[in-house]
Amino acid sequence: MRKFPILISLALLIFTFFPLIVKDQYYMHIAILILYYALVSQAWNILSGYSGQFSFGHAAFFGTGAYTSSILFTKLGVSPWIGLFAGALIAALIGLFIGYLSFRFKLRGVFFSLGTLAFAEILRIIIQNFDIFNKTLGVLIPYKPDPLMFQFSSRTTYYYIILLFAFAVTVLVYYISRSKLGYNLVAIRENEDAAQSLGVNTYKNKMIAIAISASLTAIGGTFYAQYMLFIEPATTFSNDVSINILLPAIIGGAGTVLGPIVGSLIIIPIGELTTTLFGNFVGANLMAYGVILILVMLYLPEGIVGWFQNKFGKEKNAKKKKDNSINGGEDVGTFKN
Amino acid sequence: MLTLILQSLVDGILMGGIYGLVAIGLTLIFGVMKIINFAQGALLMLGMYISYWSFSLLGLNPYLSIPLSAISLFFIGAIIQKTILSKMLNAPEHNQLLVTLGIMLVIENLALILWSPDFRSVKLEGFIQTFNIGEVGVNVPKLIAFIAAIVLSIGLFLFLKKTMLGKAIRATSINRNGAMLSGINTNRINYIAFGLGASLAAIAGSLITPFFYTSPTVGATFILKGFVVVVLGGLGNFIGAIIGGLIIGISEALGGAFLPGSLKELMTYIIFVIVLMAKPNGLFGGKAR
Repeated sequence: MRKFPILISLALLIFTFFPLIVKDQYYMHIAILILYYALVSQAWNILSGYSGQFSFGHAAFFGTGAYTSSILFTKLGVSPWIGLFAGALIAALIGLFIGYLSFRFKLRGVFFSLGTLAFAEILRIIIQNFDIFNKTLGVLIPYKPDPLMFQFSSRTTYYYIILLFAFAVTVLVYYISRSKLGYNLVAIRENEDAAQSLGVNTYKNKMIAIAISASLTAIGGTFYAQYMLFIEPATTFSNDVSINILLPAIIGGAGTVLGPIVGSLIIIPIGELTTTLFGNFVGANLMAYGVILILVMLYLPEGIVGWFQNKFGKEKNAKKKKDNSINGGEDVGTFKN
Repeated sequence: MLTLILQSLVDGILMGGIYGLVAIGLTLIFGVMKIINFAQGALLMLGMYISYWSFSLLGLNPYLSIPLSAISLFFIGAIIQKTILSKMLNAPEHNQLLVTLGIMLVIENLALILWSPDFRSVKLEGFIQTFNIGEVGVNVPKLIAFIAAIVLSIGLFLFLKKTMLGKAIRATSINRNGAMLSGINTNRINYIAFGLGASLAAIAGSLITPFFYTSPTVGATFILKGFVVVVLGGLGNFIGAIIGGLIIGISEALGGAFLPGSLKELMTYIIFVIVLMAKPNGLFGGKAR
């Protein structure tokens, strides 16, 4: 991971110049989708990848972000820029609430996954039944390009905004992964009881992780709402949304900094390609995702980046061991001095 | 008022039997393989389509196509087990959940491609749809489904208790290595368990085609309820699955009678969350994990 700053700067460089080279609106749209999925999947990664608490209900946070900013904007005229923070705050509170219920009562493994799934469904049903959320009709956001209102006439602006978001969150995840919080989370993932016995406050660390993860996912939700200009319960709170959020990280490698980006770079183009090729068949892209998911689980269970790290990390370790065994005696000697 | 409550109770109990049947398949698979099968709803949907197509193409009564859907799904289940799940038995549990999620995505979207997202329904003619007991109406197809669910559950229970194969399945679910040491071919047990679980889903699917719409995404409704029921009853507990099914069926029907809009759905999930928090091993679960 020491190469990370170089890799990410290189990626940022390529992404920054992408709009200057590619003018086609369709490709711009795909690039925006890639960055947007990288963002939400990276947010999921903080909770699920690093601390191993697999959430199958991140739609709860995503939808909260999308609905908070959109309702504030359409009903009260509040700028979505403010709605973005309000959504992130509310999502963090919901995350803390879910976390409190789940972690206090020691919900672990698949039980946590099923629990989060249920929470997302509960929120969807609430949204669908109250007039203030327009029930199942969704919210149509009037299009009036104004940077102060998070609306732009050019796709390129949306592109740079999501690039900034995705980049910032990735850097954040990088720093978290090297911080005490990150090490604590990984310890929890590997063996929660052992971590606790070594003095890691597992409850507190998991709560911090879910709050950060929820608020960043909500930011993705606000961006989605402002970019698509239409949200409805089915596209914000459904299981499909939760699945789409976790897929890039799983495919790329959960618990790695680059995983969500790599995963997003792979599955979004594949999804778009299948949609283009088999446009008459609704569901072709999701079927492709299913096949990829099964194959990754069978052959690269730690994701693409995880596999890479294992393979090359191990070789490096093996080489180190060999070196040590050659100069073994000397090493011990030097150490003594 | 009383009639309304009684009516809801009857509807709830009848539907609860179906939820119980879906959950029994889930619980059987979990008991033996320790895998929570996300694709159970998709398998149920396949069962529904087998009955739907036998009805609309061959004019076969859905109740007569039950053997067809049960046997086909047994083999589909065994194939899924052989090609995919057998390689995942020692994987981390979230990866197992994800792989069944992948299977669900493939089956559901394949159905969407093959049969379009249209809602289809089977209309049985020359068939009494409802009869009344006092002021309470009883839906006949639902009653048949309920009775079949109960009979199947008892049959499965006896099969597991009395037959050699059933005992081997239970032995594998209690202690895989111990079972293997006693000469049980645990790999074969896996195929049978997953095949049986898939068949149960298919039978449930065929049973509901006369009164429930058939569509590629219908499984999602049942899988979520199935999870709730299974957690309520305790993973791996058959009787618990039926009782859990009845609890969910009744609470949903009562919620439907007294709550506006689709808020009745909330009942299921709120019960689910409370049980998960209070007793993650289920209402009738014994020791901690």
